[in-house]
Amino acid sequence: MRHIYLALVAIMLSAAPAWAISDPSEALPDTAQEARAVRIGGQLRCLVCQNESIEDSGADLARDLRRIVRQRVVAGDSDTRIVGWLVERYGNFVRLRPPFEASTLLLWGSPVLALLVGAGAVWMSRARAPVVSPPLTEAERTRLRALLDT
Amino acid sequence: MNRRVLLLAPLGATLVAGAGFLAMLRREQDGTFDPRGVPSMLLGRHVPPFALPGDPGFSEADLAGQPILVNFFASWCVPCIEEAPVLMNLKRAGVALYGIAYKDKPPATAAFLAQRGNPYARIARDEPGRVAIDWGVTGVPETYLIDPHGVVRWRYVGPMTERTVSAELQPMLRKYV
Repeated sequence: MRHIYLALVAIMLSAAPAWAISDPSEALPDTAQEARAVRIGGQLRCLVCQNESIEDSGADLARDLRRIVRQRVVAGDSDTRIVGWLVERYGNFVRLRPPFEASTLLLWGSPVLALLVGAGAVWMSRARAPVVSPPLTEAERTRLRALLDT
Repeated sequence: MNRRVLLLAPLGATLVAGAGFLAMLRREQDGTFDPRGVPSMLLGRHVPPFALPGDPGFSEADLAGQPILVNFFASWCVPCIEEAPVLMNLKRAGVALYGIAYKDKPPATAAFLAQRGNPYARIARDEPGRVAIDWGVTGVPETYLIDPHGVVRWRYVGPMTERTVSAELQPMLRKYV
């Protein structure tokens, strides 16, 4: 029994850690180039899983796109050209961070819009005349005094 | 500002949002809206240059002279099985259908077509899946309508149904014949 337990622990300890990219052979030998490729790939959406970057995704298509990004990094293309190459095929949707343009105006402008609406609400509530309560009557005054004294 | 208006504003906003949501759900159900859909960059543009092997395979130069439906498929793709009878009906209706086998081994493709029927006038192989990336393909099946001048006019992601054909494809085909 003890042996089985030890064997199980040994198996668990020997299990390979789960890397984001499952195949280390995909990585470029040059660490600077690999870091650049990871940075570029991190901004690109996997078209299959959609909420993961191609660096994080296990999908076949993401692997192909990772390879293309690495080929272009080795070829010396600029970041904008590599991202542009993918945008040409998959549209701005492939970028996890959408660019600022007419169709994304509301998206990028929403924090400013929220701030303006909030400021407007504050201004409106300030502008309203403060509620003035009528002075206490003599009866209320005596009652209040009695309450405070006890 | 009027107090009544202020009280009714949230109710009105809720009603408008609810109506919008309902419309979205209905359009999602009948297939005219897909929240996960990736818009195609090819619409209104020429097919990117390519040449794929096959029997005899084809290139972008072959996609001209008539409206052609290009269908990316694979033997390992389950929705493609669902789509197969729809494609066979299109073939019977006389639609020129060209197939591109995506990341598929030729014997597996042949076995798939032998079992499900072969709707394609021509079949090309894209084993590395590189041409598919140039087209902006995100998965199989995916179908493109190319007009007689080689311009992409329509794209459908996922298995086409008889409804897709009658509601979307046929009006497009009539337009470009």
